[in-house]
Amino acid sequence: MTSLPVQETQRLPADWRDLFALTKPRVMSLVVFTGLCGLLAARAPIHPVIAFTAVLCIALGAGAAGALNQWYEADLDAKMRRTANRPLPGGRMDRQSALHFGVGLSVFSVILMGFAANWLAAAWLAVSILFYVLVYTVWLKPRTAQNIVIGGAAGAFPPLIGWAAATGDTPLLPWLLFAIIFLWTPPHFWALSLFVRTDYANAGVPMLPVVSGIEVTRRHILLYTLPMIAAALAPWALGLAGWIYGLVSILLNVIFLGLAIAVARNRATEPAGMKPEKKLFGFSILYLFALFAAIVADRLVLS
Amino acid sequence: MTPDDEDLIRRRQRDNARVTALILGGFVILVFAITIAKMAFAQ
Repeated sequence: MTSLPVQETQRLPADWRDLFALTKPRVMSLVVFTGLCGLLAARAPIHPVIAFTAVLCIALGAGAAGALNQWYEADLDAKMRRTANRPLPGGRMDRQSALHFGVGLSVFSVILMGFAANWLAAAWLAVSILFYVLVYTVWLKPRTAQNIVIGGAAGAFPPLIGWAAATGDTPLLPWLLFAIIFLWTPPHFWALSLFVRTDYANAGVPMLPVVSGIEVTRRHILLYTLPMIAAALAPWALGLAGWIYGLVSILLNVIFLGLAIAVARNRATEPAGMKPEKKLFGFSILYLFALFAAIVADRLVLS
Repeated sequence: MTPDDEDLIRRRQRDNARVTALILGGFVILVFAITIAKMAFAQ
């Protein structure tokens, strides 16, 4: 990455709060939740301590990937208002500490998962960290407008890892949960990227609204919503989940589709007029939480 | 380096040491709990 160097840091020891901020705690909440849902939806007899450790490892792995992402993108983050105050661009810690922290936490989370749960879950955890750091952060994000489409897989691993930790196996349902997050990521991020596109443009990140324009992005949001809906209905349609999930899924997907249509019909070009995009972005987070809560409720109640 | 800087460094080192101690303590308890859980599950 060729960009301006991050401002020189003073030689102060990094504060633990900054190390914690490196792990992107807000993003982690969704990762932990979907991982926990994967683990619970598996309906396998798992000791609560092992279940807790598995979810902890998923959280630590996600935190490690977030730290390595911030280490690699420090120069980029410095150029964007949304990220300029992160510990590295803010000059509150040096890059080497972030790198050591990220690598150490990655290795620790994978090894702990292997010993506590099983090595299949540990292997998927390692794959998810490597995918996020190498495939998404290093390779795709700075090069292609499709970065979010393929990179979405990075955030889709937690339910698969949770399921693997509980059962030592990965049958069709956890892969469908993977597919839901994978296909949910583009409309979710493109909605965000529409109203912060100047940030991405200033930083030189080839997000879809920057490269192809606002209208194309809006059409893509609607287009990608359709396979996402198909994936979200699949567990119920294939008989892997019952009526509770089916009902919640239909309701959530109808709302999501309605909001995606509103986005596709919006003609505003300034962030102030992008209420449909902001609504879709906000709802998409609720959508994923509610959908995964529904699959767990369905599998536990109807079992 | 001013006395204020030195104070800040000492304060950070103290805070970091406390957090590290807590994390290590938590890790020891976790490993103990995992061991007991695995033994219980094996039986």
